[in-house]
Amino acid sequence: MRASLLPYWRLLRAGIREQSTYRLAALGGLVANATFGFLKVAVLFATVRAAGGDLNGYDLGAMSAYIWLSQGLLGSVNLHGRSDFAERIKDGSVAVDFLRPLDVQAASIVQEVGRSLWSLVPRGIPSVLIGGLVVGMTMPTSPGPYLLGAVSLLIGITIGAAVVYLVATAGFWMVETRGLQILYMVVSGFLAGLFVPIALFPGWLLVLAQATPFPSMMMYPIDILSGRVTGAAALGLTAAQLGWLAALGLAGHLLTRAGRHKLEVQGG
Amino acid sequence: MADLAPYRAVLASRIRSQRSYRANFRIDLISSFMVGLVELAEVWVLFHNVHSLGGFTFAQILLVFGLADVAFSLADLAFGHCDNLPTYIRAGKLDVFYLRPQPLLLQLITSDISLRRLARVLVGVVCVVAGLAVNDIAWSASTVLLLVVSLVSGFAIFSAMFVWAAGAQFFLINGAEMTNAFVYGGRYAATQPAAVWNRPLKVVFGFFFPMAFTGYLPTLEILGLPGPEWLPAWLAWCTPLAAVWAWAMAMLFWRIGVRHYQGGGG
Amino acid sequence: MSPIIETRELTRDFHVRDGLRRKRIRAVDEMSFSVDAGAAVGYIGANGAGKSTTIKMLTGILVPTSGEVRTCDLRPVQDRRRLAREVGVVFGQRSQLWWDLPVRESFTILASIHALSSADERARTDELVDRLEMSEYLGTPVRQLSLGQRMRAEVAAALLHSPRLVILDEPTIGLDVLSKQRLREFLVQERQTHGTTLLLTTHDMGDIERLCDRVLVVDHGHLAYDGTLDGLSRTVGAQRVLVVDLAEQTPDLLGIPDTAHLGSESRGLRQRLAFDAERTTAARVLGAVSEQAEVLDLSIEEPDIEDVVRRVYAASR
Ligand SMILES: Nc1ncnc2c1ncn2[C@@H]1O[C@H](COP(=O)(O)OP(=O)(O)O)[C@@H](O)[C@H]1O
Ligand SMILES: [Mg+2]
Repeated sequence: MRASLLPYWRLLRAGIREQSTYRLAALGGLVANATFGFLKVAVLFATVRAAGGDLNGYDLGAMSAYIWLSQGLLGSVNLHGRSDFAERIKDGSVAVDFLRPLDVQAASIVQEVGRSLWSLVPRGIPSVLIGGLVVGMTMPTSPGPYLLGAVSLLIGITIGAAVVYLVATAGFWMVETRGLQILYMVVSGFLAGLFVPIALFPGWLLVLAQATPFPSMMMYPIDILSGRVTGAAALGLTAAQLGWLAALGLAGHLLTRAGRHKLEVQGG
Repeated sequence: MADLAPYRAVLASRIRSQRSYRANFRIDLISSFMVGLVELAEVWVLFHNVHSLGGFTFAQILLVFGLADVAFSLADLAFGHCDNLPTYIRAGKLDVFYLRPQPLLLQLITSDISLRRLARVLVGVVCVVAGLAVNDIAWSASTVLLLVVSLVSGFAIFSAMFVWAAGAQFFLINGAEMTNAFVYGGRYAATQPAAVWNRPLKVVFGFFFPMAFTGYLPTLEILGLPGPEWLPAWLAWCTPLAAVWAWAMAMLFWRIGVRHYQGGGG
Repeated sequence: MSPIIETRELTRDFHVRDGLRRKRIRAVDEMSFSVDAGAAVGYIGANGAGKSTTIKMLTGILVPTSGEVRTCDLRPVQDRRRLAREVGVVFGQRSQLWWDLPVRESFTILASIHALSSADERARTDELVDRLEMSEYLGTPVRQLSLGQRMRAEVAAALLHSPRLVILDEPTIGLDVLSKQRLREFLVQERQTHGTTLLLTTHDMGDIERLCDRVLVVDHGHLAYDGTLDGLSRTVGAQRVLVVDLAEQTPDLLGIPDTAHLGSESRGLRQRLAFDAERTTAARVLGAVSEQAEVLDLSIEEPDIEDVVRRVYAASR
């Protein structure tokens, strides 16, 4: 068992190392995070104030926590839909991947997660610090939310990688998956709560969002980390995340098999 | 118009090849339309919670959103291809542009076109029309003039943003997100009621990157609203100046970038 | 008549990041040379010697750090667009064709890029298609071509506007023998019919021998040799090698005039003899060998360009 997991551990570390070489890219990402963050502060704070200081449970401190946590996760949760795996299908190198004695889906997701984890260092944490220092925010004072939040965050990042993997598998059947990727980018960002917390959605839209895996990628980890959702409710969110992860993993597994079959029968 | 023939030839072939993958093209159109729709939804959700924001109602912000979005999506259609510059540099494709007797920037812009982006213009147009219909507007010749001037200038401003970003790519290579912060962050800013901005944001997105000029200021003037500190409504008439400023900066960056070019990889 | 290429103390630096420090690399170092119209010049040197960088400065892609360069009597950077009409460039590792379009369509687009009249376009395309034997794959998308086919299409694309000066950066890299042969024959013809000036870099001595009457050797951005190919052979004693497969095991062939025995394999079934093309010919060597043993098969190895370059470097230091 241990020996069979070792390659994935190595792939995770390779993903981390690889990402850590892109220093200028990380700086660029931080600038983008902060710029969008300040714009979100302007418009969302104005909304809270217009609502008389409390907007569906969000006061200014809670809103700030939401804004800067979501900005911090922006570099780690894949909301853009691009992936190495999509490229590898497109240029045909996926055939090589299938020759390796590794599960292609797991290997691809693990590497993606490695890259995302690294991004927390130069982009994620500094974004939250900038927000905390410049704007100020309300964060929980007990360790519980941080511990469960960290778990939830890891699951969220993995769900992101798993969904993007699904998007990439479309490449087995389509010549060009750019349109699909853009569709993913738009829908995932909105429903994950990137620009507006989903608690502010009207009822029907909230239900719609909760019927997708997107809030599990970003909104739920933020709710837990910021202490908005605690106790049994927080455990409930984490359970929902795990459910999504299992479902997405299975779907990816089936699509990989079908895609591989397609490659073997019809060629790349 | 013999001079345009080379660009036409390239674009025509790109368009043919895009339309030849029909299924893809349809998905592209849908996703592009969704981009516009979701961006509108982001604004709408806020107004679902409060009646007015930064002195604007949803009906009024519709006009801001529409004007900015039409200008942005048209610029995206024409100049959005500049985003591919880092890819071209890495693949050495830019070397090939240097070997052809056309201006580099024109070659870059016309090396491809994404027709799908047309679908997004549609969302903006509907918002402009709706915004003009539902608001109480004292129509006059100057209202019409201002609309036309701000759409044309807004297009020029966003186009300049793409060119500015492309010029900066010669230095950044892997740091495209740095410029995205201002190009796409700029689009996001342009659809906000600028009265909610603090002073630093007003400097950055009001004047340095003149985003407020693309939708917010013209809407103030058309609706006869006064405007916040630093952004009085009459500035709407200076939109062409903002466009000139944006292009001056864009061309400066582009010039410096082209001369800095280190040659493609490999 | 003024030369078609002229450089004076042409220099180009690159700044690269080495860990955290920035390091300066001088890719081309005060290079001065000139090329007359109609000449065919081979430009050789080890990997990283500065060949491509020179070419990019000659064509206006890179701005020189210092020094002067004139190509076709124009300043490459300032007059880039006018220069583009006079020069055709092939980069062996870059494509200027449209990847997903049929070859023919790339030619049509390039013709309008260079503003060819439709009569000129037709005449020139026909000529190139005919001489480069491209007719059977004109309708094939570029991405489906073999390397040899693609390279011929690249050359045609660079020459479509009948440039006065043609610059080729490693045009034969990775090509099979037959494709190389075709390309060389075409370039020879093109020079004969149109008087085109040729500057090419290559790792293949065969290209130089068949195509060029002058050779420039560059070493770490410096010009290490400038002269004729014969002169180069004389300086460095570039030799060809005749490899013979013999019918039966034979003692080393030591006494053949004007040759040096390099070695034997399989107890003398295969032997390698070096000879100097200045002093004898392959035919004469073969004749002498046949007198001593029955020859079943033979091949001639071109002098290895890396070897030639190494010797030039050694001699010039
Ligand atoms: N864009 C660049 N950035 C940094 N160094 C470069 C760049 N292009 C070339 N070099 C360096 O300049 C030197 C000469 O390169 P080049 O002209 O490509 O050599 P050649 O074509 O003879 O193989 C090499 O040391 C190479 O690493
Ligand atoms: Mg080279």
